[in-house]
Amino acid sequence: MTVVVTGLGATTPLGGDVPSTWEAALAGRSGVRTLEYDWVEKYRVPITFAGQLAVRPEEVLSRPETKRMDPMAQYAMVAAREAWADAGSPEVDPYRLGVVVSSGIGGVQTLLDAWDTVRDKGAERVLPLTVPMLMPNSAAAYVELEFGAKAGAHAVVSACASGAEAIALAYDMIVSGRADVVVAGGTEAAIHPLPISAFASMSTLSKRADDPAAASRPYDVDRDGFVLGEGAGIMVLESEEFAKARGARIRARLLGTGRTADGYHIAAPEPTGEGQKRAMLAAVEQAGLTIRDVVHVNAHATSTPVGDPIEARGIRELMGDHADNVLVSATKSMTGHLLGGAGALEAVFTVKALEDRKAPPTINVDNPDPDLAINLVRSVPADLPSTGDLAAINNSFGFGGHNVALLYATA
Amino acid sequence: MAANESEVLAGLAEIVAEETGIDTAEIVAEKSFTDDLDIDSLSMMTIVTLAEERFDVRIPDEDVKNLVTVGDAVAYITKAING
Repeated sequence: MTVVVTGLGATTPLGGDVPSTWEAALAGRSGVRTLEYDWVEKYRVPITFAGQLAVRPEEVLSRPETKRMDPMAQYAMVAAREAWADAGSPEVDPYRLGVVVSSGIGGVQTLLDAWDTVRDKGAERVLPLTVPMLMPNSAAAYVELEFGAKAGAHAVVSACASGAEAIALAYDMIVSGRADVVVAGGTEAAIHPLPISAFASMSTLSKRADDPAAASRPYDVDRDGFVLGEGAGIMVLESEEFAKARGARIRARLLGTGRTADGYHIAAPEPTGEGQKRAMLAAVEQAGLTIRDVVHVNAHATSTPVGDPIEARGIRELMGDHADNVLVSATKSMTGHLLGGAGALEAVFTVKALEDRKAPPTINVDNPDPDLAINLVRSVPADLPSTGDLAAINNSFGFGGHNVALLYATA
Repeated sequence: MAANESEVLAGLAEIVAEETGIDTAEIVAEKSFTDDLDIDSLSMMTIVTLAEERFDVRIPDEDVKNLVTVGDAVAYITKAING
């Protein structure tokens, strides 16, 4: 059975929807800018910039909606509605409709605000919707309610791989016969003093405050850490049979998934990249393809000194000579790292790259790391072959050694 | 601080409007929270918590079930304020 993509949705630091986000990505624009909240100075937050949404959800959602959902669920809702409409608002039996929407950290802003309320005003002032808003399955649940999904609503958590793993689980739901249509993706809204300080205390964030748009620079010699981003990416997946029967426009095919664990360290990737390579290979094999069919990789590449080379070496080792023909894009250079949303947004980018036959740029690579023997797309988009079936891999690797590879092909 | 019912109604209507998106003009004394305004139990609890804060009164859980209409709530809160 083949799984296809029929709808895309996103709200990101590059744009409030997929067309504006993709257009900005192809133009090599950065969504990273200085934070303008008073809490930066008030709490001496060490990192003062991030990839912030281009369009705030309150501009798109109703006021009651913004009050009953944590920002992470709001972002997911905006993206899910776009994806659903993009898919042509499918008519599907609710018992055959599923949802998988992940977040890495959950409703952290609600959680922290509610604690402020307890501490400053007293426990009786905590609002009744606090639990539904802070629970990590909140985005999945609200999307489930939005579309009346009854086959199942899930939220799989694997840190920075959560969004990609959600899509992989959606693939499973369809292939195993649990659902004909699944709305899947990831979201994160963690721009708040605590998460920023927590990531900063691990020395994992870039400190390039004087030039935020240049801070996220995967594969550049002077990279010094990742840049936090926020937003959501969602796609509508269906069985090919169901999509064709209803005359849906198919954007791409999701042919394979690879999910492995490193068994190594709570945050650092295993240095030989063996878990990452296994994931990529598994996705290719599940797709019934070979490595030589892959022409593009949307790399996880977060701009950390340690992480980028492991993935790049893994791509080269897995693909051998063929790596010369594989265009690698590190789009976190433009969006920052959307954590639980990253894998899903980057899956959207992978689908768009196949549709348009254009690999997006990796910006800020002023001096490419000489050790990286991959074919990196820099500054401007690069054309993928103009004819024939193409396959691309989207990589996402999360703290805790979670490796997810998704293999997409042209429709 | 004493209050009259129309002030309380205005304040309560604002809270309900914010929570539900219903126009304040629709939030009148005769309307039932559940049947006419379609407010579910969690929204009702939110409205009660916010009203407690706004009017500086206590509305114990066991009294909430008696507040069937907007008017019931307005009368209850006005009485609680005025002691």
